[in-house]
Amino acid sequence: MNNEMHEKRIPIIKIGNFLIVSIQVDMHDKLAIQLQSQILEEIEKTGAKGVLIDISVLEMVDSFIGRMLSGMASMAAIMDAAVVIVGMQPAVAITLVELGLEMPGVDTALNMEKGMEMLERRLEEEDYEL
Amino acid sequence: MLQLTSDNNWKKLGEHHVNSEHDIVSVRQLIRYYAKEMNMGIIDQTRITTAVSELLRNMYNYGGGGEVHVETGLVDEKQTLIVTCIDEGPGIEDLELAMSDGYTSGKGMGYGLPGAKRLVDRFEIKSERNKGTTVRIMKWK
Repeated sequence: MNNEMHEKRIPIIKIGNFLIVSIQVDMHDKLAIQLQSQILEEIEKTGAKGVLIDISVLEMVDSFIGRMLSGMASMAAIMDAAVVIVGMQPAVAITLVELGLEMPGVDTALNMEKGMEMLERRLEEEDYEL
Repeated sequence: MLQLTSDNNWKKLGEHHVNSEHDIVSVRQLIRYYAKEMNMGIIDQTRITTAVSELLRNMYNYGGGGEVHVETGLVDEKQTLIVTCIDEGPGIEDLELAMSDGYTSGKGMGYGLPGAKRLVDRFEIKSERNKGTTVRIMKWK
């Protein structure tokens, strides 16, 4: 049962300096881990400076997925890419806090557009500093 | 041994097996469906679904999988969704420790049980060494 789910990969799209990932399925643990390494590989391959992860469809983020997201943000930071989580549903945000899961180092934005602006601003600031 | 709350008037909604990561996903989706059917609000739906997801992962990682019973009925005169997770794993050695924030015995990070407890209205646990663990959680409508 659910074999097709096992083979499904979450697509990663590159636009300019950024990678865009839209999670459209309720991920089982292995798929979440797979996505994490997929994104890191893509950062390495493309030299992307930022990653936008849209979770607006996710009706639930439990401790495993939460840890996967924050772990990925720290790993991406080491690879000089910023991660912004976009579109978290209010019920998901409330539940995450009650669960006791803090996501240090994870930036969030209300929607894709704001997330994109956030990343662009960050890139400009970096250029300025250089 | 601690007894779990039970009531013969509860209505059984379903019994599901959890033997794979895919089962974790499909059972938590079913829990949301049941919560929705009861007209639970969106935040409470999310709370119970997330709590169940934590319990199922524990059950799968440490208890070798198990069974989930879903019931509905009156608890303290309130319409309640009752989810019971039963495994026949090694049991939890130190319940008090397992229920404390920040404790982990391996693959987890210690949010599992105490985190799940915070998300529901009632949380009951029974564990016996080499026999298994049963966790029953309840969420009022």
